[in-house]
Amino acid sequence: MSSPTEARQLTFSQAVNEAIREEMDRDHRVVLFGEDVAAAGGVWKVTEGLLDRFGAERVLDTPISEAGIAGLGVGAAMTGLRPIVEIMFGDFLPLASDQIVNQAAKTYYMSGGMTSVPMVFLTSMGAGRRLAAQHSQSLQAWFAHIPGLKVALPSSPHDAKGLMKTAIRDENPVIFLQDKVDIYQKGPVPDPSHEYTIPFGRADVKREGEDLTLIATSSMVRQALDAASELAAEGIESEVIDPRTLAPLDEETLLDSVRKTARCLVIDEGYQRYGAGAEIAALVGENLFYDLEAPVRRLGAMDVPVPFSPTLEDLTIPGKEQIVEIARQMFED
Amino acid sequence: MGIKGPTTEQLLDMYAAMWRIRLFEEQAEYQSGQGKVLGALHTYIGQEAVGVGICAHLTDADYITSTHRGHGHCISKGADVRRMMAELFGRVTGYCKGKGGSMHIADFAVGMLGANGIVAGGFGLATGAGLAAQVRESGQVAVCFFGDGAVNRGPFHENINLGAVWRLPVVYVCENNQYAQWTPQEEITLVTDVASMSSAYGIPGAQVDGMDVLSVYQAAGEAVDRARRGEGPTLLECKTYRFHGHNFGDPQQYRTKEEISDWSGQHDPIQGLGDHLQREGVLTAEEAESIRNSVQEEIAGAVRFADESPYPGPEELTRDVFSTPVA
Ligand SMILES: Cc1ncc(C[n+]2csc(CCOP(=O)(O)OP(=O)(O)O)c2C)c(N)n1
Ligand SMILES: [Mg+2]
Repeated sequence: MSSPTEARQLTFSQAVNEAIREEMDRDHRVVLFGEDVAAAGGVWKVTEGLLDRFGAERVLDTPISEAGIAGLGVGAAMTGLRPIVEIMFGDFLPLASDQIVNQAAKTYYMSGGMTSVPMVFLTSMGAGRRLAAQHSQSLQAWFAHIPGLKVALPSSPHDAKGLMKTAIRDENPVIFLQDKVDIYQKGPVPDPSHEYTIPFGRADVKREGEDLTLIATSSMVRQALDAASELAAEGIESEVIDPRTLAPLDEETLLDSVRKTARCLVIDEGYQRYGAGAEIAALVGENLFYDLEAPVRRLGAMDVPVPFSPTLEDLTIPGKEQIVEIARQMFED
Repeated sequence: MGIKGPTTEQLLDMYAAMWRIRLFEEQAEYQSGQGKVLGALHTYIGQEAVGVGICAHLTDADYITSTHRGHGHCISKGADVRRMMAELFGRVTGYCKGKGGSMHIADFAVGMLGANGIVAGGFGLATGAGLAAQVRESGQVAVCFFGDGAVNRGPFHENINLGAVWRLPVVYVCENNQYAQWTPQEEITLVTDVASMSSAYGIPGAQVDGMDVLSVYQAAGEAVDRARRGEGPTLLECKTYRFHGHNFGDPQQYRTKEEISDWSGQHDPIQGLGDHLQREGVLTAEEAESIRNSVQEEIAGAVRFADESPYPGPEELTRDVFSTPVA
């Protein structure tokens, strides 16, 4: 990690933009396409300025054709390019799912390792912007479920940049989810002269603690850190760990922490049922059952379509209060 | 042959309906600026003649499907502006109890099967509604509204082909406003006359000036009649223009101010019909003014209704996930 003093403050979207720019400079095979990514610079400003820098051969606006552009990306990846395909909202990944799940994820294996599919599906996730049920979902668990796909979901601009660079260099299809509630949040990112990548499958300990492990993803990391401060005032020291990629998953770091704390709560914004939290909780349960002081808990979005009205939407998203409440329960005898 | 009418009464209704859409949308934008309307807001301003001209041929029993730009379709089909505004405010008195918001308003009582957050999300729904009508031999018609942007998604092809080969009572209405969000149509497709695509499915295609409600009315009448007679779908393209941004707050860097003011100055559909009615001696300037004023009152009432309505309570959260409780 670089020292924060030399770091600039960038938003998530600026950090990802910089990663894409550096990788496109570095490797002429990297191309970018999606709806309104070129001339307009993307709905989240993530691709701003890339058309000017790299030209219309490498940065392309597409029609509204999610299945088409996903499939085209797979074909281009199989034949020598390294495409970044933007799918504006993660809710639209299902429109492209055949191409992602049945083509991108399986081609390398089915061909006996003949042709890899080095590409990135760049998308957004998460509720909180009053966009209702079709523009607010966190579908990471769907894709982490599929062998052959990698899934990255950064919780800070710093991690977003490093993970995006790795995603582009990876030989496999990567689903890269940007939490839209945080996309204009700033955080320290080292100067471009200080190049870094973040390997997949390497969790980051965001806060150290002895009493409780909070495993959190994307914007839930912020909620977990806030909860940890509140719990600290009550004498409970939480360790907050961000896996940063769900596939591959850094099992070792997660298990090491729980071995130490003997208590574990997993927070992920996907629907709780069959979610990432269930997978991680099972991992901990299978490996550390006899070390645990309390049952492993998980917290996800409520198992309802994300409602529009702010009074309802806010109740469906996991937050600091719920984390604190569950944590307290874990210390009751 | 040709389509009869519209009668004077219908003309005046259409005139009022277009104002109702215009003033509803202006108010929705204002309330969005005030922070009362949250989330994404896509207005129908400029496109009023399409929804109104088409729905003039439909009864409450007929179906429509809509898009992310759905308020105009709702109003054209006869939805209540009070419950619409309440939905935009996220209140429990809204059409969807505040659970849907702008992009998901529906009113099944008047055959409005829902706005849609997924571009091209309506093709399957409208085609399926056409199948239901055909199976029941009910004589109902389904109209699928969609934008030029939706043409490039698979459901356009898959469902129009199905509607055509099964001769379903569906009218596919493309509102070609020449932009998909921020991208001009000609940059993403070589076929900018969507009506010409009808030949790929073996159904009639028609193209009309979507800023002229009388042209829309005529063409829609033929397409709806054809569907009711059991002769199958029509692909009707209405060339139109949205006067405001893609969504409220859109800086519109992808088009010029001149282009916008050309369209809004010379092709305003409400002004167009108003002038026509005055020339024909059906409407005086005073009467036009009074129609507008009474619609304005109605919209003000809708805002009051929305503002005074409560938010949904937490008990609404888990309701409506399944239509019957699962043990
Ligand atoms: C499948 C899908 N892709 C992308 C979007 C984001 N989006 C919303 S509206 C829109 C443009 C739609 O253009 P068009 O169909 O022409 O309708 P218009 O906005 O012009 O009425 C886009 C890209 C979406 N909602 N659904
Ligand atoms: Mg359009």
